[in-house]
Amino acid sequence: MTQQLVIYPLLLQLFLSIILMFSWSKISWQRVISIGGGFINIAISIWLFVYIWNEGIQTVQAGNWAAPFGITFVADSLSVTLVLLTAISGLAVSAFSASSIVVARLKFGYFPIFHFLLLGLNGAFLTGDIFNLYVWFEIIIISSFVLITLGGEKAQLEGAVKYFTMNILASMIFLTAIAVLYGLTGSLNMADLSLKVAAIENRGLVEITAILFLVAFGIKAAVFPLYFWLPASYHTPPSAVSAIFGGLLTKVGVYALIRIFTLIFVGDVFLQDTILVMAVLTLISGGLGALIQNNLRKVFSYLIICHIGYMIVGLGLYTEVAIAGTIFYLIHDIVVKTNLFMVGGLIYRITGTNNIRSLGGLYKEYPLISLLIAIPLFSLVGIPPLSGFWPKISLITAAFTAENWWVIGAILFASLLTMIIIAKVWANVVWKDKVELPKRLNFRYFDKMTNIRKTQLVAPIIFLSLISLYIGFGAEHVQQLSTRVANELIDNQQYIDAVFKTGQNIKP
Amino acid sequence: MEIVLAVMIGVLYAAGIYMILRRSLVKLILGIIILGNGANLLIFLLGRITKGRPPIIPGDLKVFAEAYADPIPQALILTAIVISFGLQSFAIILIKRAYKVVKTDDLDEMNAIDQDS
Repeated sequence: MTQQLVIYPLLLQLFLSIILMFSWSKISWQRVISIGGGFINIAISIWLFVYIWNEGIQTVQAGNWAAPFGITFVADSLSVTLVLLTAISGLAVSAFSASSIVVARLKFGYFPIFHFLLLGLNGAFLTGDIFNLYVWFEIIIISSFVLITLGGEKAQLEGAVKYFTMNILASMIFLTAIAVLYGLTGSLNMADLSLKVAAIENRGLVEITAILFLVAFGIKAAVFPLYFWLPASYHTPPSAVSAIFGGLLTKVGVYALIRIFTLIFVGDVFLQDTILVMAVLTLISGGLGALIQNNLRKVFSYLIICHIGYMIVGLGLYTEVAIAGTIFYLIHDIVVKTNLFMVGGLIYRITGTNNIRSLGGLYKEYPLISLLIAIPLFSLVGIPPLSGFWPKISLITAAFTAENWWVIGAILFASLLTMIIIAKVWANVVWKDKVELPKRLNFRYFDKMTNIRKTQLVAPIIFLSLISLYIGFGAEHVQQLSTRVANELIDNQQYIDAVFKTGQNIKP
Repeated sequence: MEIVLAVMIGVLYAAGIYMILRRSLVKLILGIIILGNGANLLIFLLGRITKGRPPIIPGDLKVFAEAYADPIPQALILTAIVISFGLQSFAIILIKRAYKVVKTDDLDEMNAIDQDS
């Protein structure tokens, strides 16, 4: 029963998508199945998480082909943490989309595609085979293409063309990198690659391959100077779609970067310096970009870029403390960014616009909702003791130990920028006097909705805010988890041993 | 044989990237297709080309006696071709829709989303 536990999250999502496809035109069924499936997904992910926490890294060899030959699925602490976070965000977004996405869009298979996206995310986190990772990436991007274009508005299609081009280009570069790596080592299993790449004499070629991976995942993770597709496209689809994109899609790129550069290409000073420079520029340019935007969702899009920088900084410093900071930030960021875009969607439902200049007076009309959205906004800035504060301590400590003053400066500067931006958003949206807008025809305003629909909009935000609060106030637990993940990543022998150990035990 | 393939792959990559950098939507798709073919050929080349030695062990032996053609690159290429086929068909539909809605195939004129809204 527990032997195949690692692939249960995948099987569940696949099963859900298939079930949902069979109830294609029955929207009310789809809503129930999707939300119910979300709860089951969380249960399975917690089960998997607890199992890995107690038993250590687990693997599943597809078709019982021993380690370097078959496709391996590996669940280490990092993977299961991300699978759990995917389940949490997935549930929140499926509840939110049940209410916020119009029926016309739901009728074109929104929910099945959404669960295919979650399938791809889980697969990417759990696979231990680099070509398999490519395949999961393709599943993710083809689902995201459908989600981003569903509805076919002008802005959506324009955004989709840019999103599409950059993602395909990234995939091609990724494929090229895999080809070169296969030519160099003759292997695709990541644990095996780790051993074989370390033994290659021709370091120049290894470095070029590493740079190809860096560019491919850099485009997906939206780091400087490869992020320009993100602010051009993330604000165009409905908020629920932006929420899952902003929360999880760019994080898959970060996950892949972390995995590749702690397991396969390790200990290269030039690469680490490159990553650090990219991270510092990402922090600054993302923050400055957000400063001048007036559309709420564009502000959030730029903030995604800015905060990707924090995660990459830790990877570039490459010490246990720094990686722990990266992992903590990753955990915090997935929850908060998903929540932020849902908050954007809620504000849009209430007022009918996302332009900061036309917003205002939220506190007078909806004081409780204003207090609620304060939690994700100020968690994002990291006002202690909220969740964004703790990982920055680890990152700054690590940079201080490395005597890297530029990095400390960039981290603090980006924090300051984030605070200015959030203060501006808060003052304009919540405290400013209400701006009278012409009522839009055929638009479902929040106060005209039924109570069930209202709950479906607000409950996910409450749910994720509570998790954000837990990350902030229970920082000790999350720090313990991050330190354990960092330890596994730095001491990658544990991962390699786990992959090969099961290979020997299984008799053909 | 290898040298011919290597030059061809280089040309395909260069042509693909050049086409992607053009402003026309149709050329963008062509560029992506050409680049994809280049990547597939690269996998084929880097899997080492072995002529006329299928990876089948003769009946009277337990292991391979001599060098054999590596079947994995071909499996990878097959997967990559199928995936890029799917993506390309989606892309063609997407640009058709985009052309109908935006009424231009010039990427520089697709700037509605960059304006303040």
